[in-house]
Amino acid sequence: MFKKDFQAGSKSKVKSSIQRGIRQKVLETYPLLEPHIDEIMPKKEQLEVVKLPDRTSLYTIPNIGPLFYQHIDDPFLPHLTLIHRFPDAFNRMRIDRGAIRFVLSGAALMVPGLTSAGGRLPGEAEEDGQEYKYGKEELEVGVPVVVEAEGKEHACLVGLLKMGTKEMREKKKGVAVENGHYLGDGLWKLQLD
Amino acid sequence: MAEAPPETAKHVVYCGVCSLPPEYCEFGGTTKKCEEWLQKEHPDMHERLYSEDALNANMATLSVEAQQRAEKDAKKKAAKAEAAEARLAEEKASAVVNIKRVERNKRKFVTLIQGLEAQGMDLKKTAKDMAKKFAASASVTKIPGGGEEITVQGDVADDVWDWLVEEKGVNEDNIEITEDKKKKGAA
Repeated sequence: MFKKDFQAGSKSKVKSSIQRGIRQKVLETYPLLEPHIDEIMPKKEQLEVVKLPDRTSLYTIPNIGPLFYQHIDDPFLPHLTLIHRFPDAFNRMRIDRGAIRFVLSGAALMVPGLTSAGGRLPGEAEEDGQEYKYGKEELEVGVPVVVEAEGKEHACLVGLLKMGTKEMREKKKGVAVENGHYLGDGLWKLQLD
Repeated sequence: MAEAPPETAKHVVYCGVCSLPPEYCEFGGTTKKCEEWLQKEHPDMHERLYSEDALNANMATLSVEAQQRAEKDAKKKAAKAEAAEARLAEEKASAVVNIKRVERNKRKFVTLIQGLEAQGMDLKKTAKDMAKKFAASASVTKIPGGGEEITVQGDVADDVWDWLVEEKGVNEDNIEITEDKKKKGAA
């Protein structure tokens, strides 16, 4: 989605009633953020919305940084910096090492990267005692996921699932996440002042 | 995941060169520089990420063929990044900033500044800065031949020169000041 670098469009303040609505929606989508929400979006801070190309809006708080972005009426997706700060609050999966470089150059994430030995899908036990680090439940199509990488601590991609995790395990083929926000893309490099 | 204990915000270090978390520097194309930066700023992290063991462990997980492909790709990327940087530097070195004083109305002047975008400056922001600095209205205007320039009200050509050299680090030799008197016939 943000493969090309771009300039931020107009910036405007969000009405406080709408700000409450956003807060509500975010909590609905990411219930695990509940304990942190006051840290992420302090009630007193003024939320700002920045228009991005392709009818995407980015919600930020000045001095704290970008928080979420939204493409038209899709679910709110967290900015990667936010994910790095609260990695445990999202649906996660892991890709193998070989796939990292494709993800970081903006390719769609393909299923084999997740189903191979280095990848992890929710519902798979970890061998080193950390059971179900990636959750137990199967995820459906259209659910926001955070993608981590084998041997890395931080997430490298966030996007909406194109295929349910169950189907992935059966097919082992096809596109898993398309049009996500990845490390080093236009949104990552975006300068807000 | 649902059982994960609530943790407070993690503090994440980002590479000063390529802005990614340092563990992803190897995919950025400026690996060499990133490594040097990390060594200087966060030696402990450098130790962890660039030690012999870590590198070997990284390699072990990939098949030989995939390794070769990845390596080739990485080299290509690095070369590309380097070339882009060199080109940018060259452009910056050769680009000339043109400051022009135009007579508007006998004793009234405007100052036009062209070529700032080649110095890696954002015109809109620079205009705003200038307006503040010189206490004058400054705007970005399109020029007929294509491209844009900054227009500042008043004769501030010399001040702009000083400001660019001192605060923006533009090379003195790359700035030219010209005077353009005959915009309208002097009344």
